[in-house]
Amino acid sequence: MSVIVFVENWDGKFKKLSFELISYARQIADKSGSRVIALSIGTVEDDELHKLGNYGADKILKVEDERLNSLINKAYASVITQAAEKESSDTVLFSHNATGKALAPRVAVRLKAGAVTGVTEIPSSLDPFEVKKKVFTNKAFANVRVRSVKNVLTLFQNSVEIKETENNAEIEAFDAEIRDQDFKTRVLEVNKITGKVLLTDAEIVVSGGRGMKGPEKWQPLEDLAAELGAAIACSRPVSDEGWRPHEEHVGQTGKIIAPNLYFALGISGAIQHLGGVSSSKYIVAVNTDKDAPIFEAADYGIVGDVHKILPELTGEIKKMKDA
Amino acid sequence: MKILVCISNVPDTTTKIRFTDDDTRFDTASVQWIINPWDELALTRALELKEGSGGSIEKVTVVNVGPKESEPTIRKALAIGADDAVRIDAEPLDAHVVAGELAGHIRNNPYDIVLCGIDSSDYNGSLVGGMLAELLDLPSVSSVSKLNIENDEITINREIDGGSEILSTETPFVAIVQKGIALEPRIPSMRGIMMARKKPLNVVEAAGAEPLTEFVRFELPPPKAACKMVDEENIRELVALLHNEAKVL
Ligand SMILES: Cc1cc2nc3c(=O)[nH]c(=O)nc-3n(C[C@H](O)[C@H](O)[C@H](O)COP(=O)(O)OP(=O)(O)OC[C@H]3O[C@@H](n4cnc5c(N)ncnc54)[C@H](O)[C@@H]3O)c2cc1C
Ligand SMILES: Nc1ncnc2c1ncn2[C@@H]1O[C@H](COP(=O)(O)O)[C@@H](O)[C@H]1O
Repeated sequence: MSVIVFVENWDGKFKKLSFELISYARQIADKSGSRVIALSIGTVEDDELHKLGNYGADKILKVEDERLNSLINKAYASVITQAAEKESSDTVLFSHNATGKALAPRVAVRLKAGAVTGVTEIPSSLDPFEVKKKVFTNKAFANVRVRSVKNVLTLFQNSVEIKETENNAEIEAFDAEIRDQDFKTRVLEVNKITGKVLLTDAEIVVSGGRGMKGPEKWQPLEDLAAELGAAIACSRPVSDEGWRPHEEHVGQTGKIIAPNLYFALGISGAIQHLGGVSSSKYIVAVNTDKDAPIFEAADYGIVGDVHKILPELTGEIKKMKDA
Repeated sequence: MKILVCISNVPDTTTKIRFTDDDTRFDTASVQWIINPWDELALTRALELKEGSGGSIEKVTVVNVGPKESEPTIRKALAIGADDAVRIDAEPLDAHVVAGELAGHIRNNPYDIVLCGIDSSDYNGSLVGGMLAELLDLPSVSSVSKLNIENDEITINREIDGGSEILSTETPFVAIVQKGIALEPRIPSMRGIMMARKKPLNVVEAAGAEPLTEFVRFELPPPKAACKMVDEENIRELVALLHNEAKVL
C-alpha cells in the first residue's frame, strides 16, 4: 500500500506546495502504515528530487522524457496511473491548482477511484475514507465519504503544516509506457511572466479595489508590495476597467488565493470577492466606509483614505524592519 | 462542426449558504438558480464562434444532468442562444454520475468540441470536464482562457502558474474553461426568451451511472472574531499587531 504524490516542478525546482503535499501524504501514510511515493515528471536534478525526502517521501519515482516537457493531460494521466498501479497506491494526491485540477479527474477515472478536490484536512477516517473539502467557493465545508477502495485528492493550498523528517528517500527511474496517440494536443508557445512574485505563491498579497481611484494611483500600493516582497492583486472591476492586468484579479471568477496576509485596500468586500480571498490567514482592510462589508471578513481594519494611509504604512513597516 | 456546452444549475453567487437535516443537506429554500457562471461564459463563446464560422459550426447544444427542476436554467441557456438542449434525467449526485451520464449521451451523439467550466460554484468539484474526457478517451485542455477556430484549426490559450501557453489540438476534444473565455456573459433578449419556448429540450433517460462519493455532512466556517480596528493616526500599532500578534510580518 502507498500514498502517491504528484509533485510538480517549475523549471526544475519544487515549491512549498510540493513539500506541503508530501507532509500531508506522510500523515495519511503514518495513519495507515503505508509508504509515501513522490512522482516527478520532467527534468529535475537528483539533488532537488532528494529534498522531497526531507518532508517524508520514502521513495521518489522520476520519469524523464522529452515529450513530457509540457503538460499534456492525457499523457500525464497515463503515466501517473501506471505509477499508482505499480506502487499499489490507495491514494493519489495532487495540489488543488491548475495542474492538479487538469489531472486528478482523469486519473480518478482510470483508477476507478472516488475523487475529492480542495481538501483542507487530514482524512477524519480511513475506513470508510472520509475527508473535509471546501464547497460553495470558500463559504462552507463538506465532509465527503469515498465509496470506492481508492481515492484521488487535491489539497487546497496552505492547509497543512510542513514538517521536516529524517531523509531516507531513494530515487528510482520509472520507465512508464508513453504512447504517441496521447499527444493530440501540442504546446506551440509558452509566455511566462518573469520578475514578479506570483500571486498563487505569495505569502503576502497587497490588493487594491475601486477605492484606489484610478490606474495612475497604484504607485503607493506597489511600494508597499515591494517593501513586503508581496504579490499584487485587485478586485474584478479594477481588472475589467483595465486599471490592472487580468492575472491580478482575485475572487470567485478570478484567482483563489490563501496567503498568510492579505491587504484589502479600497475594496468593499463583496461576497464574490471574499470567495477568492477568505482563506487568507489574516486580512487587513483599509476603507473610508466604516460599514463596508470587508470589515466583517477582516482581522484588522483602519477606517480611512488609502492614499493617506499607504505611504505611512510602508514607512512604518520599513522602520520596524530596520529596527 | 457541433459544439456541446455542459451546464450546471447552481445557486446564485450571492446566496446565503445554509444547511438542513442536521447539516446533511444544502438548504434550497428561497434559492435563486442560475447557469454556473463559467458555463454561461462557455456558451457565450460557443455562440460567438458559431456566428463567426460562416456556417461551418452548425449547432450549439447545451446539456444538463439534473432533475426537472433544472429546466428553467436550461431554458435560459436556450434564450441566450443555444440551438437545442438535452436534459439527462438523473440527480447529479457527484461528478462520477454527471460525467458518466454525459459520456453515455455523447457516445451516441458525438460532438467536435465539448465545453465545460473549471468548476461548479456549488460543490467546486473541478472534476466533470476531465472525467468526461477520460471516459470518452478524448484529449482535454484545462484552464482555457481563449479558444479560437480559423479554417478548422483550433488554437487555445491556457493559463499556467505565472503565465500562459498557446496550444493546438485535434477534434474532438474537451475544453475546460475559465476567466477570459468570453468577456461578459450574453444576456437573453426578449426575442431570445420568446424563441426559447419553442426550441427543443430533449429529456433523455439516465444510464444509471453510480456515485463514488457522498456528502455526509456540511459545516459553515467558525464565526470570525470581530475585526480589530486601529485608528488611522496610529499606523504603527497596526504594524506592531501584525508583527507581534499575528506574526505575519
Ligand atoms: C457572478 C459574479 C462574479 C463576480 N466575481 C468577482 C470576483 O471574482 N472578484 C471581485 O473582486 N468581484 C467579483 N464580482 C463583483 C463584486 O460583486 C463587486 O462588484 C466587486 O468586488 C467590487 O469591487 P471593489 O470592492 O473594488 O469596488 P466597490 O464595490 O466600488 O468598492 C470600493 C470601496 O472602496 C472604498 N473607498 C472609496 N474611496 C476610498 C479611499 N479613498 N480610501 C479607502 N477606501 C475607499 C469604498 O468605501 C468602497 O467600499 C463578481 C460579481 C458577480 C455578479
Ligand atoms: N449536472 C451537470 N450537468 C451538466 N454539466 C455539468 C453538471 N455539473 C457540472 N457540469 C459541468 O462540469 C463543470 C465543472 O463542474 P464540477 O466538476 O462539478 O465542478 C461545470 O462548469 C459544467 O460545465
